[in-house]
Amino acid sequence: MNYEPVIGLEVHAQLLTETKIFCACSTRFGSRPNENTCPVCLGLPGVLPVLNKKVVEYAIRAGLATHCAITRKSVFARKNYFYPDLPKGYQISQYELPICQKGWIEIEVGTQKKRIGITRIHLEEDAGKSLHEHPKTRQHGASWVDLNRAGVALIETVSEPDIRSAEETVAYLKKFRAILVSLGICDGNMEEGSLRCDVNISLRPVGTEKFGTRAELKNMNSFKHIEKALAYEINRQASLLDAGKTITQETRLWNDDLGVTESMRSKEEAFDYRYFPDPDLLPLVVSDTWITEIEKSLPELPDAMRDRLIRDYQLTPYDAAILTGSRDLSRFFEQSVQLYPEAKKVANWIINEFLRLIEGDESRIAGTKITPQHLAKTLQLVDAGTISGSVAKTVLQKIFESGGGPEAVIAREGLAQVSDTGALEAAIAEIIAANPDQVAKYKGGNEKLIGFFVGLVMKKTQGRGNPGLINKLLKDKLG
Amino acid sequence: MDLHHQTIHELRNLLDKGEISSEELTQKVLSHIEQTEKQLHAFITITPELALEAAKRFDQSRQAGKKPGALAGIPLGIKDNFLTKGSRTTCGSKILGNYIAPYSGTSTQRLLDAGGVMVGKLNMDEFAMGSSNETSAFGEVHNPWDLELIPGGSSGGSAAAVAAGQCSAATGTDTGGSIRLPAALCNLVGMKPTYGRVSRYGVIAFASSLDQVGPLTKDVTDAALMLQVLAGHDPLDSTSLDVPVPHYAQSLVPDVKGWKIGIPKEYFVAGMDPEVEAAMLQAIKTLEGLGAQCGEVSLPHTDYGVPVYYILATAEASSNLARYDGIRYGYRNKEAKELISLYEKSRTEGFGDEVKRRIMLGTYVLSAGYYDAYYLKAQKARTLIRQDFTQVFKNYDVILTPVSPTAAWKLKEKTGDPLKMYLSDIFTINVNLAGLPGMSLPCGFTQGGLPIGMQLIGDSLQEEKLLRMGYAYEQATEWHKRRPKL
Repeated sequence: MNYEPVIGLEVHAQLLTETKIFCACSTRFGSRPNENTCPVCLGLPGVLPVLNKKVVEYAIRAGLATHCAITRKSVFARKNYFYPDLPKGYQISQYELPICQKGWIEIEVGTQKKRIGITRIHLEEDAGKSLHEHPKTRQHGASWVDLNRAGVALIETVSEPDIRSAEETVAYLKKFRAILVSLGICDGNMEEGSLRCDVNISLRPVGTEKFGTRAELKNMNSFKHIEKALAYEINRQASLLDAGKTITQETRLWNDDLGVTESMRSKEEAFDYRYFPDPDLLPLVVSDTWITEIEKSLPELPDAMRDRLIRDYQLTPYDAAILTGSRDLSRFFEQSVQLYPEAKKVANWIINEFLRLIEGDESRIAGTKITPQHLAKTLQLVDAGTISGSVAKTVLQKIFESGGGPEAVIAREGLAQVSDTGALEAAIAEIIAANPDQVAKYKGGNEKLIGFFVGLVMKKTQGRGNPGLINKLLKDKLG
Repeated sequence: MDLHHQTIHELRNLLDKGEISSEELTQKVLSHIEQTEKQLHAFITITPELALEAAKRFDQSRQAGKKPGALAGIPLGIKDNFLTKGSRTTCGSKILGNYIAPYSGTSTQRLLDAGGVMVGKLNMDEFAMGSSNETSAFGEVHNPWDLELIPGGSSGGSAAAVAAGQCSAATGTDTGGSIRLPAALCNLVGMKPTYGRVSRYGVIAFASSLDQVGPLTKDVTDAALMLQVLAGHDPLDSTSLDVPVPHYAQSLVPDVKGWKIGIPKEYFVAGMDPEVEAAMLQAIKTLEGLGAQCGEVSLPHTDYGVPVYYILATAEASSNLARYDGIRYGYRNKEAKELISLYEKSRTEGFGDEVKRRIMLGTYVLSAGYYDAYYLKAQKARTLIRQDFTQVFKNYDVILTPVSPTAAWKLKEKTGDPLKMYLSDIFTINVNLAGLPGMSLPCGFTQGGLPIGMQLIGDSLQEEKLLRMGYAYEQATEWHKRRPKL
C-alpha cells in the first residue's frame, strides 16, 4: 500500500545567554567538568531558582519570529524523574501554560512553499551530562556526571504534525535554525548539542485522515542522520503495516553504525513525570510594553531577507534561500556585492566556491581568512584579465589556506595570466607539431577540436594562459 | 532570675550596660546546655567553639566602641533545617546525617550579621514532618515542663531549648504549625510570619508553598526583635515579598481599645480539652477587659484544611525530597550494584517511616489520572479557605483561636496513629494554606501544670497587629513569665 508519513518535531535549542536560567553560573562550553556550577544548579539542599530575564526575552524573540502568540502569564512546572545528571530529581520546565503558543514557519521544498504549524515554545533548564566508562575498560565501569550544562536555558519548540517527508523535515529544521541564529539566541550547532531534535513519525494510507501510531526518534543530531533515520523508519513501519502488524508506540534511537533505529522504551515503560506548578517560582508575567519593545528590536529575519535579496539583486529563490541560511553568510554576500556589484556572479562564487571551502559550515565564516574584499578583488582581477576563472578558484583556495590578499597570493604563487603573445605562440607551435592527426581533423572541418587545443595550451601554461588570447592565436595558426 | 532564663531584651540591657560580657553569657548558657541536654535532647549538634569565638568577637567590638548589632552576643539556637556554612545540617534525617553545607541561608546569615551567637543546631522532626518531634532520626526531644511528654513539633528542639534556657531564642520553620504548636506546648511565643515575609533561601524545603521561617521566643518583645532581623526581601527567593519591613518595636504598645477580634465558631468544637477551652474563654475576657470587642465569626471551609494540607504538602514534598538520591551527597547504600537499587536502597535506608509515608502519598496524588481529583481539587479548596479569612478581615483586626486542642501529650501516645497525629495541627494548618501570619502565645496552664497557647491570626503582612495585641495581652498577664523547673 502507499503510505504518507506524518511527522512532527520537538526541537531543543540552547539559548546563548551568558548565564544559566536559574542561577548566575556561566554557560561557557568546554570548561573543566563541574567548573560552571553553584549550589543552585547542583541542586544542594535549601537552594531556590531565580529566573534569568534575558532567557525570557530570548524565548519571546523566538516566539515573535515564528508568528506565535506570547502568553501574558505563563507558568513553570516541575517534571519529576530520577537520573544522576538531573540534580534536583526534577527539571523545571513549562507544561500547561508555555511562554509561546500557536505559530508557524514557512518552508520551501522545490518551488513549493508550505507553512508548518508551531504548537508551542516553552522554556526549560537543561540537564547535565553522564559519562559512562565502558565496563570492559575498567574492572567496575564507573559513571561520571558533569553538571556544567545543568541549568543552561533551553527552548523546546513543538511543531504540529504538518510535515510529510524527510525533505520537509530537513527544510523545517534548517529554516528554524536560520531563524534562531539570525535572532542571535542560539548558535545552531547540532554537533555540540546546541540544537537537538526529536522526530515523531507515523504512517497512514495515502488519502486517509486518521493518524497512525507513532514512534519517537530521539536525539537526532545531524541532518544526515535525520534523513537516514526517517528513510529507515518509513520503510520499517510500512513493512509492518503491509504485513498486517501494528506499530508499537515507543521511543527509538538511531544507530548510525548499523544504519537502523532501535527501540529504547515502549509506552508502558514511559515515565509518569507528575508535572505540577513549581511553587518556588511565581507565574511569569510579561507586559505588552515589553513585548512591543522586543518586537521592535528584532533583526531582519531570513524570510524577509530572502525576499529582499530576490527583489534587490534579482537572485533566484534557490540562491537567496542558501545565502540567508545564516547571518554571517548573508552579511558576507552583501558586503561582497557592495564592492563588486554583479550580484548573480557573487552569489555563484559564494555558493559554489566559498561554501565548498568552509565545507558548508556557516559557523566557520567568522574565523575564515577570506574576506568579502578578497572575493571582490579576485573577481575584478578575472575581469581585468590578470587571472582566469579557474585560477581564481586556486587563488581563493590559497587565501583560505594561508591568508593574504589575492594580488599578494598571485605574485607569491606565480599565478598571473600569461598574455605574452610570444610565450603563447611558442607553446601553440609545440602543440600543433605534436598533434598532427587532430590538426588534420580540425582543418577537415571538426571545429569543436578547438577546445582540445585550448586545453592543452592551458595545461602547458599551468592554467595561467589567457583563454581568449589562446583561442585567437590558435585560430590564426590553424587557419 | 538566672541569666539563661532572661529574655533577649533583658540580656541586651545587661550587655549594653557592661554588667555581663557576651563570653560570660555564652559560657553560662553552654554549661546549662551541658547540665540539661541529657534530659532534653534538644540539640543535634552543639557548637561551643564557634559560639565562644563569636561571643569574644562581640565583646571586643563592643569594647572598641562599635555599635552592637540588634542581637549582638545573644545565644541563639538554629533549627537543623537551616543551612549553616561549615557546621553540620541534618534536617533530622539520616539521609543528611553528615551533611556540611557550603553556604549559610539568608535568614541565618541575617541573624549572625546582627550579632547572634549560634550555640548549636536544634533537633526536629525529620524534614519537619511531624507534630511531636518523634520522627527525628536523632531521637525524640523531651518537654522541659514534663520530661515524659513531647515538646510538640516539628520545631520541638527549638521550643524545648528556649523554654529550658539552653538559648535565648531560636529559629523555627512552620509548614502547618511547626513553630506555633511547640511554642504553645512549651509556653513560648511562636511567630509564623506572612508567606514571603522571610526568605526561604538556605532552609531545607518541605512544602515550598507553605514553609515559612519564624522565631520562637520567651515573649512578644523578643519576637518583634527577632522578626525585625529575619524579615525582608531576598533576591535569592522569588517568592519573598518586596515590600518594606515596618519597625516592629513601634507595635509594642499596650493598647487595643476598640480592636475587633473574631472568634471562629468552627474552632471551638467537640474533642477540645475543657481546660484549653476554659483558657481561651479567660483570654477573651482579658482582652475584652482591655477594651477589645470580641465577636463570633465563621470560617466555613475550616474542615477541608487537614485533607487539603496533606495533599498539597505531600505533593510538594515528594518532589522536594527527590534530590536526596545518594548520588552527589548524603547517605548512600554501599552494596548497591546498579542505579535503580542505589536509589531504592539509599532512600529506603536514609528516610524514616513518616517521611516515606508522605513521599508515597505525594507521589500518588500527582500521578497521571489522579492529579485532577486530588492536587487540582485541593488547590481550589485552598482558594476557598483563603477567601474565608479575607471575608472575616474585612470587619475584624485579628482572629483568636486555640493553637492545639490539647496540651502536650505523652511520648509515643500518637506515634502508632498517623491520623490522630495529623489532627494536632487542625487549628494551625489553615493559616499556612492562606499564607497569613499567625502567632501563638502563652495563655494559661492546665491543672497538671502544662502550658496552653492561644493563636492570633492576622491579615496578610499584619504582623504588627499580632505583636501589638500580643504585647497588650502579655502586659495584662503573667503566663509568659513562668519557667519550667529542670
